[in-house]
Amino acid sequence: MLSENKSTTINHIPGHVKHDGHNMTGFIIFLCSESIIFFAFFVGYGILKVTAPVWYPEGIDGIAVKEPLINTVILVSSSFVIYFAEKSLHKKNLWGFRFIWFITMLMGSYFVYGQYIEWSELSFSLQSGVFGGMFYLLTGFHGLHVITGILLMGLMLYRSFLPNNYKGGEMGVESVSLFWHFVDVIWIILFVLIYLWQ
Amino acid sequence: MTIINYDQRLVKSKNPYPKGPNDWKRFFSFNTDAKVIGIQYIVTALFFLLLGGLLGMLVRGELITPPSDLFDPTVYNGLYTMHGTVMLFLFLFPMLSGLTNLLVPPMIGAPDMAFPKLNALAFWLVPVFSIILLLSFFVPGGPASSGWWSYPPISIQNPLGKMINGEMLWITAISLSGISSIMGAVNFVTTIIRMRAPGMGFFKMPIFIWTVLAAQLLQLLGLPALTGGAIMLFFDLSFGTSFFRIEGGGDPVLFQHFFWFYSHPAVYVMVLPVFGIFSELFPVYARKPLFGYKFVAVASFGITILSLVVWVHHMFYTGTPMWMRNLFMFTTMLIAVPTGVKVFAWIATLWGGNLRLSTPMLFCLGGLFNFIFGGITGVMLATVPVDIHVGNTYFVVAHFHYIIFNTIAFGIFAGIYHWFPKFTGRMFYEGLGKVHFALTFVGATLNWLPLHWAGLLGMPRRVASYDPEFAIWNVIASIGAFILGVASIPFILNMVSSWVRGKAAPPNPWKAIGLEWLLPSPPPHENFEDDIPTVLNEPYCYGLDKPFVQDEQFYIDKSFKKH
Repeated sequence: MLSENKSTTINHIPGHVKHDGHNMTGFIIFLCSESIIFFAFFVGYGILKVTAPVWYPEGIDGIAVKEPLINTVILVSSSFVIYFAEKSLHKKNLWGFRFIWFITMLMGSYFVYGQYIEWSELSFSLQSGVFGGMFYLLTGFHGLHVITGILLMGLMLYRSFLPNNYKGGEMGVESVSLFWHFVDVIWIILFVLIYLWQ
Repeated sequence: MTIINYDQRLVKSKNPYPKGPNDWKRFFSFNTDAKVIGIQYIVTALFFLLLGGLLGMLVRGELITPPSDLFDPTVYNGLYTMHGTVMLFLFLFPMLSGLTNLLVPPMIGAPDMAFPKLNALAFWLVPVFSIILLLSFFVPGGPASSGWWSYPPISIQNPLGKMINGEMLWITAISLSGISSIMGAVNFVTTIIRMRAPGMGFFKMPIFIWTVLAAQLLQLLGLPALTGGAIMLFFDLSFGTSFFRIEGGGDPVLFQHFFWFYSHPAVYVMVLPVFGIFSELFPVYARKPLFGYKFVAVASFGITILSLVVWVHHMFYTGTPMWMRNLFMFTTMLIAVPTGVKVFAWIATLWGGNLRLSTPMLFCLGGLFNFIFGGITGVMLATVPVDIHVGNTYFVVAHFHYIIFNTIAFGIFAGIYHWFPKFTGRMFYEGLGKVHFALTFVGATLNWLPLHWAGLLGMPRRVASYDPEFAIWNVIASIGAFILGVASIPFILNMVSSWVRGKAAPPNPWKAIGLEWLLPSPPPHENFEDDIPTVLNEPYCYGLDKPFVQDEQFYIDKSFKKH
């Protein structure tokens, strides 16, 4: 309670108000920082590719682009799909949101499946020279992020069924969506580096 | 009801972070209060200062005689590696996180950090990775022994072929430390950007807040690079990849780039908050406004930006091309400009001031003196020809100890003494504090000043035995190290006994200006609670007739009330 003897013109702000609403700021700061890990890997990839005396492991002179390209198209388009999911949530169309959101999850899962198929068909391993290590490190680390994204989307989908959720804002959904765009952008750079720059 | 200006729903809503038990037990629980977390950090860090100091004294004990007689050289390698690692990752980083946690919310008028749970999680990672790191003493093959920078190819050798080895535990601990620091950095930056008191624009923030913001942005930009490098090093060590293995086509120098891209800025992550402490304390104890407030504030960001482009100066002698050496010599020397701005501002603040030589001020003055000395040797080392001559000698060791202990740790001690009454509600014993300062200053000078000579004469670092011509410098240095060990006794005595039975502290014992000094000692759970003040001026208007906050008398009266 405010004391009696002080002037009423002064704006004393209550402290509890300031507890809420920083999640998005924090999450954006985190993503900026997270992108530096990928940046470090990309720079490492570039330097090693330019300087390494032997790049591809023995018996390999390149890497197939066709299947990864399909994967890329799916992942990139899922970034547009998730945008529409978010939009339906803003329009308070909860079932529309759930449906489109689930489609995004399916597209993400297909990407992981495609990655798994690609990995299982490759003739080189993590230990096969610098390229082998770099290939599995980059795609694996990115794949972990995709899986995290799908899990987070599942969490948001579950939360949409809780009563009275999403009344005070959709920060969780917005953050996950932002994360998904982030994963997408990283993949595009990765695709250019590994598959196109051969 | 007189409260009408804000959203009633939020005021009535239950405080989401309830106050924990108000006794000693809260320090051993998952407490989300930044003030509790701050003290948890600081006490943990001080424990590891003792451990790291003990390891350091073992190193100095070995070096007091030229032959390697106290330890086997292999054990010695483990000792200095762990000394450096404990001091940096278990003492300095947690200590600065602790001070930041204690000071940031009260200084900007926030009730707590932006993400209290994340904050507590970041702290509780510290004991986890500390235990992982210390366990490495007990695995076969002993702890990591490749120095704190862990360069391959030495670091990726695994002679015993065991999956769990000292180096592997070292990388795990460092990565967890990195995760904890990133959690902290996200939290600090969000708090400073979003939760400042009304009226506190960027150019009314205390310099400490400026430096914390600069330092934590540096963490966010630099640390992930080291994490990336550490992951690759881990794969090389444990899963047989060859990112850094020459025989597999890899490049060991690449790791050095990853490592120093973060670990050079890491020095600024540590030193910037200490610059903040200097900038806070000199005006208080000289009773004068901080000279050139805006320049000092902006210089922090100058340091942040420049420090991201200087890392190759650690690699002048590892096959770096000449153009790169020249470029990084130039950027490294540029850093002397913003730091010089700060040093001149402090000296101008002291000039003609009414100096009060209490313990915190003595530590500040000692730290400033040592920083100028360490800065000069820093400029020497930035010069390529000098660096190639003295690189990897004791000159480098002496230089960075002048920064990391004689400046940063001095600043930390100054900060601990200065804010001790505020956060414990007790006054410390001034006499014991002065003894602590005298022993620390004498010990530190004896320890590291002579090593400059040893280094210039050519004594290499990281060796257990050395040529007898360097003996005299090493004997003096070892005596200094043992004096530093003794210096911890008055410090511990002072802290423990003052906290238990010291005189009760008034809200503002140093007559300082700053939001934290308008709070009771110790501050209540949510600092200003429902009366967050409106800031009018920057907090350095000593002797000027400029009010600091609106309705200052109300807060002063309130701070004297028991809560």
